Amino acid sequence: MSEHDRGEHHRSAELGDVERRARALEQLLVEKGIVDPAFIDNMVEAYANDIGPMNGARVVARAWVDPAYRERLLRDGTAAIAELGYGGPEGNLAVVENTDDVHNVVVCTLCSCYPWPVLGLPPTWYKSPPYRSRMVREPRRLLAEMGCDLPEHTEVRVWDSSAELRYLVLPQRPAGTESLGEEQLAELVSRDSMIGVERL
Amino acid sequence: MTKPPTDLLLAASEVRDMAGPAALPRVNGELVYESPWQRRAFGTAVATTQHLGLDWDQFRVRLMAAIADQPDRPYYESWVAALERLVVDRGLLTTQDIDDRAAEITE
Repeated sequence: MSEHDRGEHHRSAELGDVERRARALEQLLVEKGIVDPAFIDNMVEAYANDIGPMNGARVVARAWVDPAYRERLLRDGTAAIAELGYGGPEGNLAVVENTDDVHNVVVCTLCSCYPWPVLGLPPTWYKSPPYRSRMVREPRRLLAEMGCDLPEHTEVRVWDSSAELRYLVLPQRPAGTESLGEEQLAELVSRDSMIGVERL
Repeated sequence: MTKPPTDLLLAASEVRDMAGPAALPRVNGELVYESPWQRRAFGTAVATTQHLGLDWDQFRVRLMAAIADQPDRPYYESWVAALERLVVDRGLLTTQDIDDRAAEITE
C-alpha cells in the first residue's frame, strides 16, 4: 500500500492495469530467459517493415492468362481479387488497365491510401508530398524522372485513391512471354508496375 | 531455461495474415498501436511463441478465446490476456507471479 502511495507522485493513476500486466509479463519472461528484450525489438521491427507478399502479381498474371478473369477483374476488382483469396476490411479495389494508348498511374493526393491487400505497404515516395502533388500536376514529367518514359501518343490517366476506393494498375503483358506459365509471369510483375510508375 | 530452437522459425505469414476478429489492427496496411505497451506486448508474444518453438496457432486460439470472452475490450487487452493464458498454460509462470509483479509496477 505504501508503495502505491509513493507511486502516485508519478503518474501511476494513469498506468492502466493491462499495461501493468503486459510489462510484468515481459519482465518475468525476460528474467526467466525465455525472451530477450532485443529480440522483442527485432520482432516489432520485422513486422513493421514486412511488406507482405505481392498478391497483386498473382492477380495480374491470372488476368494475363485468363481473359474471362481479366474481364471480371476490370468490371469488379474487389470481387475478382477476392476470388483469389485476397482483400481486406478497408474499402474497395478497382483495377485499371494499361494499353498501347493509355497509361494509368495511381496516387493518393490526400494522404497515402494504397491497395495494401494486394501490394503490401506503400513505398516511402508514394507517401511523399512531391509525388502526391506532382503526379497530378505534371504526371508525364514525373513519370519520366522515375524512369518511365511514355510515347507522345500515350494518354496518361491519374487515379486518386481514397480510403473507400483504391486502385491497382493492370500492366501490359510484356512481349515475348507467350511461353511462360502463370507462376513465371507473376515473377515478372513488379510493385511499381502495379502502381503505374513503371512499364514492364 | 528453455533453449530457443533456432530451426523452428515462426511462419511470419501466420501472424501477419490472421483473419476475422484476431486480425491485427491496421491502418492502410500498417500495424497500429495505440500506445508503446501495445507494441511491446505484440513483440513479447511473437518472441515468446517463437522461442518456445510453438505454432502460432497456440497463441491465436487463445487470442480468439480472449476476444470471444470480452468482445468489447480493446484488441491489445485481449492480446495480453492471451499471452498470460499461454505462459500459465505452459507452466512458465503462475497467475500469482504476474499479479505480484504487476502490483510492483507503479510507474
